[in-house]
Parts: sequence; structure tokens; C-alpha cells
Amino acid sequence: MKEFSVPKLPLDDWIDTSIEYLTNNFAFLTKAISEYLKTGVEVIADGFKFQPLWIVILIFALLIWQLVSRKKGFFIGTWSAILTTFGLGLLGHQELLSHEIITITVFIWLVLWQLAKYHLNILMILKVGLFLILVGLFWYWQLWHGNIMMITFFTLIAWQLAGRNVGIFTFVSFVFFWNLQLWEPTIDTLTLVLLATITAVTIGIPLGIIAALSQKFYKIIMPILDFMQTMPAFVYLIPAIPFFGIGKVSAIFTTVVFAMPPAIRFTCLGIKQVQPELIEAANAFGSTTYQKLFKLQLPIAIPTIMAGINQTIMLALSMVVIAAMIGAKGLGGEVWTAIQRLEAGRGFQAGIAIVILAMILDRISQKIGKNNQF
Amino acid sequence: MEKIKAVNLTKIFGQVPKHAIQLLSQGMSKEKILNQTGQAVGIANVSFEIEEGETVVVMGLSGSGKSTLVRCINRIIEPTYGQIFIDGVDITTLEHHALLELRRHKLGMVFQHFALFPHRNVLNNVEYGLEIQHIEKNLRQEKAHDALKLVGLEDWSDAMPNQLSGGMQQRVGLARALAIEPDILLMDEAFSALDPLIRADMQNELVLMQNRMKKTILFITHDLDEALRIGNHIILMKDGQIIQAGTPQKILTAPANNYVKRFVENIDKSKILTAQSVLTPAKIIAYSDDNPITVLDNMKNEYLSCILVINRDKKLLGVVREKTASAAMKRGDKTIANFIDSSVPTVAPTDSLNVLISILAKWPWQVPVVDEKRKLQGIVMNSSVLAALAERNN
Repeated sequence: MKEFSVPKLPLDDWIDTSIEYLTNNFAFLTKAISEYLKTGVEVIADGFKFQPLWIVILIFALLIWQLVSRKKGFFIGTWSAILTTFGLGLLGHQELLSHEIITITVFIWLVLWQLAKYHLNILMILKVGLFLILVGLFWYWQLWHGNIMMITFFTLIAWQLAGRNVGIFTFVSFVFFWNLQLWEPTIDTLTLVLLATITAVTIGIPLGIIAALSQKFYKIIMPILDFMQTMPAFVYLIPAIPFFGIGKVSAIFTTVVFAMPPAIRFTCLGIKQVQPELIEAANAFGSTTYQKLFKLQLPIAIPTIMAGINQTIMLALSMVVIAAMIGAKGLGGEVWTAIQRLEAGRGFQAGIAIVILAMILDRISQKIGKNNQF
Repeated sequence: MEKIKAVNLTKIFGQVPKHAIQLLSQGMSKEKILNQTGQAVGIANVSFEIEEGETVVVMGLSGSGKSTLVRCINRIIEPTYGQIFIDGVDITTLEHHALLELRRHKLGMVFQHFALFPHRNVLNNVEYGLEIQHIEKNLRQEKAHDALKLVGLEDWSDAMPNQLSGGMQQRVGLARALAIEPDILLMDEAFSALDPLIRADMQNELVLMQNRMKKTILFITHDLDEALRIGNHIILMKDGQIIQAGTPQKILTAPANNYVKRFVENIDKSKILTAQSVLTPAKIIAYSDDNPITVLDNMKNEYLSCILVINRDKKLLGVVREKTASAAMKRGDKTIANFIDSSVPTVAPTDSLNVLISILAKWPWQVPVVDEKRKLQGIVMNSSVLAALAERNN
């Protein structure tokens, strides 16, 4: 019997050809981008791993922000950061005796007191003062270790953004990572997730806004988003290599592609959800499109947008692990190595670290969304 | 000159309104046009004029096009056809920027469900209209504060909208509209979402406020009671067309057709009808310089036991009773001037039947209607009040 056959559609060849074409003609561009980005990523990751001055300043600013009330705290935190830079600059250049450190500390404290006088609170002043004295002493006794600073930094951020409990959880988790000797992979993964999320959100939110305002753009972008989300994540890894080479930049590229859709979708949804009567009210007072967007639609959409960013972070974390296959390293790299060597213990250990990291990121981003609800 | 004037205002919802307009001009009904063309008629050939300082209530059931009408006036809904003049300027021809300016300075709008911005506190809500005009912060907050004072919420400026009750929220909505100091207030079912007591309060306050502010108000409602209470003029709409327009009394006493009649039926007429609408000219009266004998004669002929007395300027002096008149006759007085009882109750032409009824309960004779100079305008009798009340119930 003659077999009936329809010739196969050479879809794979077409895609290969087009990717080849893009690679041949635009690789110089993507490779250049890759080089710059790689340096950037390395600098940030190294910045997290070692103990540079800026982290101390940030810790300082954050803690003041945390201790003082929310609104004024940001202002005061910034001021104290500037003062600390100044103070530490002095420390770096001169041999200082302990009483001189205390003098600086007291000076900073007095300034803070002045700044905070609008809502003077003895307890708060005591807390700030105690903290400053501790900083001085720690610095003097050279008890700082890079990781302690980083843990403090992350804890403070979590505490500030998501409350005391998440702060404590973050502290314990990072001590745990350190203890498991997973510090470097964790920081690598965190850096990639944060960079990919920032990129995805920076591109995604404006696209979401356009999709909400223009029905035409909405109709174009929605199928593309469906495509981006449904395509198995591994597939993105393949074209990333010819474009950006093996390594972290490719990982970020694929992560951004994979994690961006929720940022776009939720932004669009959040803006479209604003009650028609509110839009009507804004119109009735003579708002322009931009006034409506920035004074009404975006502020009201923030909780929804934050839910989208939460999703983006979660997707980014899962993709960063997969991207270990093309050399992203980090916790995913640990898992990937464990698979190749069939070391279940090592795999689970890294896996658990990923879960904990995911929980921290999730709680923080959820909490920000909730804080902005009305 | 009229403040707002609409000429043949028409709104067709749909992609191709031309055909629908044609059919409409042939007098085809709303349903037929919808079936034939798929275009929904919002309002059809509506024309009206509103004088400055007037409160005009547009009244109709849902689907009557009243909300569409009010939105056409600030062009939140773009009219398909027709013109709207505000201060003589045809606003349907304004380009975008001029339209925004018009909305920012001349038109304040209040919404049925308040439409307060949930992420802004009360003060920030009220200053919104000024904020988008780029007015400097201190000045606009001062103005917003004044507007809040006007509605009695100056102590609530830091509260968020969801912390306020419905009535308070609508006060904020009203303050937000007043803050831009508009000439015209558009109020779309502004009190419909409030419970009855608060609603009555707000209606009274609006009337009081309006007496001071003298804005031009276009008020939309589906509630005839509310329309009658607030409006100087009422425009009654059905199926996108004006059925009757006129003063509340006119609508109550001379409904244009059965539809209006049915509307008016259930209204408590005693609150709306005034002495003016039931008064009859006083035929049998006495002048203060009349002879007691003539007066008594007149009374006997008409079976009256008491008679109203006026002077030659038609000013009401009081009544003379049969007994006192005969006493005057016996004493041989030339006039009844010394026997006038001035303690007679009076009503003003604008007093409602409610007031009349309570007076008639205690005063069994004719009640004189006098103007502010105590000039006699006419009388009201038990029978005419009863007749007026009965009329509506038929």
C-alpha cells in the first residue's frame, strides 16, 4: 500500500535560518551589549560579596529609616548616610582614637536629633544613639565581616519593607546560607533575580500602560505574551547562546523574556480595573491623559502592579535556576552540578536554599503590595 | 442671557449614527431604530434653556437618557448632533484644550456613587480639580479647605474616603466640585445612593447653599419628590426625549400626558402644592369703612358667620364676625372699623397645602392668602384644598 504523506513543514529550518541571520548580522551588537552587561553584573555581584564602604552607608541609612518614623525617616536616613560617608571618609584617612570616633558619633546623633525634632521621641533618640555607639565600637574593634554586613543589610531591607517578622526570617535564612557554604551562589542568584526583575519591570510596566491605554496595542501584545509564557522555558536558552554567549548575560536575557509577561499583564489589568466612574470624575474636572494616568490610574493600580512584580520575581527565580544550564552559576548551578554527579544531598541543599530565598522575596513583594492597598 | 442652552441635542450610541438620525427625524421610535440599525438612541432632539442661578432638575426613569444628557453638557459623552451653548459659546465646537479649560473652570460635577479617589485623603480629593490646573499648593489647599468648610467637613481633611459614611462622602464630592468655583454644578443622581434621612438633609442643605451661592445647577434624579423639592424648573424625560418642562406646580397641576400623570399620582401633593394653586378670589369682603348694616346683609346672603375686612389699598385688616357686626349696628356705628378682629391666621402664596391644612383644622372659615405687604391675594377654603388633594388621587 502506498503511504500517503504530506511533506513536513520546515518550521525548524525557518527558525534556524532566521536566528542564524540575526546572529550573523547583529551578533556584534548583542555581543557588545553582553560585554558591558557582564561587567555590570560582576561588579554588582562582587559588591554584594565583598565589604565595600557603600554597604555600611546603606545599612546606616536603612536603620535610621527604620528607627525613625516612615515619612521623615527617609529624609533623615539620607542625611545620616551623607554624614556617615563624611565620617568614614575621615576614618579612612586618619589614625583616629576611640574618643574621636565617639565625638563624630555624638555629632551625628545631635544632628539627627535636630532633624527629628518634629516628632521628638526619647526612645527613638536612645535607639539611634545606641546604634551609632555600637557602629563606632564595632568599627574600632574591627569586628566587621563582609557577610555580617550583607546579612544586616538584607535584614534591614526586609524589616523596613515587610515588617519585623520577615526581617527576622531574612536574618536567620542568610545566616543559614552562610553556614551551608552557599553564600556565594545565593548572592549570585539574588543578583541575577534582582537585575532580571528590574529589567523586566522597567520594560514591562510601560508596555502594560500602553496596552491599557491603546486597544490596538493590547490586541497585538496579548498573543505575544501568551506565546512567551507558554513556550517551554528551556527553549529560550538555545538562541540566547549565539546572541549573548554562555554566562550570566544570557541568563538575564532569557529570564527577562520569561518573567516579563506578568508585569505587563498585571499593569494593564490594574489600570483597566480602575472604576469607570473615577475616570469619568477625572475627565469631568478636565484632566489630561497624563494627569489621569499619574494621579489616578497608576496609584490605584499599584497593588495589582505589585502582584505582577511579585509574579515576575517568582518566575525570574525559577528561570535563573534553569539558566544554570547555560552557565548562570548560582544556586541553580549547584543543582545542575548535583544532577550531573547524582548527588541528591547537594541538590536538595541548594534546592532548599532556593525555596527559602523565594519565600523571602515573595513575602517582601507581597507586603509592599498590601501596604499600598486602600 | 441663558446660562446653558441646548439645541436639538442628540446622542446616538453606535458606529454609524447617520442613518439613525435620519430615521429619528422621520419620527421613528427608539426601539424601532435599535431593531433596524442597531444604533441605540441616548437622547433625541432635546432642546432647553437654563437661566443663570436656576436649579433645573432633569427627571426620568433609568434609560430615559438623563445621565447621557448631563454628560453631553461637559462632553464626557460626545453629542452626535446638536449644539450646547454655555454663556453663548457653542461648546460642541471647542477643540480639546479649550474643552479641558471649560471643564476646569466652569463645570463642577457630582456623581451618584461619589467617585472619590480612594488613594487620596479628603483634602487631596477636594483639591484635585485645582491641582490639575497647576495651582500652587498652598493656595489650592486653602481653597479646598474653604470648600470643605462649606459642606461642614473641615475637621475631616486627613481622613481617607473609605473612613467616611455615604453622606459625608457625598459632601466631599460636593466640596470637590465647589472647590474649582464653577458657575455650573452638574449633579448626576447626587443623592440617590444615600439613605432617606441623610438624603432629605442633603436636599435641604443644597437648597440653603444654593440660596447663598446662586450657582446654575443641573440636577439629575429619578425621584420626583426630590425633583419637586430642589428644582425651580423640572425637565421630565422619557426615551431620550423631553416630555414636559416647567415649574413643579405646573407639572403637578397640568401634566402634559398620561405618562406624567402617572408619575405625579403618587406624590404627596400637600407638600408640593402651594396656597397659590388653590386660592380663589375673595368675592365677599368688607371694607373697613363699610356700614355694619351692608356688611350684615352681605353675610346673611352668603351664609357667612364672619367676613374678611380690607382697607382701600387691599391690605388685610382682619375679620368681622356676625355677632360683633350686629353689636355695631345696635350701637349705631357708621363703620365696622372698631369691631375688626385682627387675629385672623394668614398664609403666603408660597406656603404648602400642609401648612394650610393645619390652619384649616383650627380655623373653620376662609383662610386669607396675603403677600409680604399683607395685601389680600385671595382666599382658600376647605373645599378647594380637598378638591386639589382629591384630584391627584383620581
